[in-house]
Amino acid sequence: MHLDHPETYPQRHTHSAPAARPDSTRRALRIGLGGPVGSGKTATVAALCRKLRDELSIAVVTNDIYTREDAEFLLRNAVLPPERITAVETGACPHTAIRDDISANLEAIEELEEKLGALDLVLVESGGDNLTATFSKGLVDAQIFVIDVAGGDDIPRKGGPGVTTADLLVINKTDLAPYVGSDLERMARDAKAQRGDLPVVFTSLITEGGIAPVAQWVHERLTAWTLPPDAE
Amino acid sequence: MSTAPHTDANRGALLLLADGRFPAGGHAHSGGAEAAVTSGRLRDAATLEAFCRGRLHTTGLMAAALAAASAAGLDPLLLDEAADARTPSPALRATARKLGRQMMRAARATWPSPALDTLAKARPRGVHQPVVLGLAASAAGLNPLDAAHVAAYESVSGPATAAVRLLSLDPFEATAVLARLASAVDTTATAAADAARRALQEGTDALPSASAPLLDIAAERHATWPVRLFAS
Repeated sequence: MHLDHPETYPQRHTHSAPAARPDSTRRALRIGLGGPVGSGKTATVAALCRKLRDELSIAVVTNDIYTREDAEFLLRNAVLPPERITAVETGACPHTAIRDDISANLEAIEELEEKLGALDLVLVESGGDNLTATFSKGLVDAQIFVIDVAGGDDIPRKGGPGVTTADLLVINKTDLAPYVGSDLERMARDAKAQRGDLPVVFTSLITEGGIAPVAQWVHERLTAWTLPPDAE
Repeated sequence: MSTAPHTDANRGALLLLADGRFPAGGHAHSGGAEAAVTSGRLRDAATLEAFCRGRLHTTGLMAAALAAASAAGLDPLLLDEAADARTPSPALRATARKLGRQMMRAARATWPSPALDTLAKARPRGVHQPVVLGLAASAAGLNPLDAAHVAAYESVSGPATAAVRLLSLDPFEATAVLARLASAVDTTATAAADAARRALQEGTDALPSASAPLLDIAAERHATWPVRLFAS
């Protein structure tokens, strides 16, 4: 069992979907995925969709920097039917669209909910950005920050809002560690120092079942999300 | 609240509404600057000034008049039709409604008002952004001339900000361009507010219909680009 932030889902959304649907079940859990360029955000989204799509109703919003490439990667790889994937354009500022002005992303999520009916999970993928990029609590209920071992094993030590505050830190591409001289134990130790009790998982998405620890974390969040309010 | 007399005390609200950081989605749009940069018509501070001046006296004037008329109490649904009639490009109509939805979301959260609620319910797919802007101004205790000022200023500040990102233009030069346009913004806003006053008596035909064919054509082409920094 992971230890989480002291408050569970403290933030509600401004003129967005209410937390409960008319049948009193909760609306879809919204999870943001951020992290530097090339760390494996889109690959993580794709692997999560493949792993969870048979049991959950999922939709994805991508925030590309200057193309629709991430959305097209997901479409090309057929991880979800096309009507479940929407791309938001960010005017060269990916962090603005997920943090400072979230209106376009909220519109995109609501359009998906309107079109597809009740969803269980909405994944919002940020465009590749820097170590300070985090999601607004007005946009997502929980966020994952994805870094990789080849981007330098000192990134957890350097910290920054993404590494330090994300609800889950994913350190991806562990299969590359021996080739780039990255010390995984050091990364784990530094992450622990930056994040305290917040969870960290190591993944190698090219390995069979490599997404399992992330999928398990998503499952736990979903279980907490769908508990009736008085059971929290 | 919307009938509150206009005083200088409302300047704070005016600054807030006109602030480029007001979270209503504008940051992802270049106002045609991206297409103009690619075609070579916009390439430095001098051509940025010419571009902005042209936009101010055409679509800027129109947007300002629509915003003023909306703030003056003209039927927003009629004004939305008037905006359609003055926007030949389907891409720009779609953009205006999308930004209208985003402005609606931000305005309802910032200055809750029955007029905004009623319009959001009547047109869940959005109305043209200046129409919502006018109601937002009114809800903030601002008058039609204020609404016109915000719309006119936005018509040039959007492209200027985008040009800084697209051309790596010196930000001081771009800001100096806006300073040189300030009195033209004032003149445009005054003309727009006058037209809105006439429209209260004579109907929406009294609103200006200055169009910019090159902006319309370029917007249609821009909407088909697979790789771009801005949504419009």
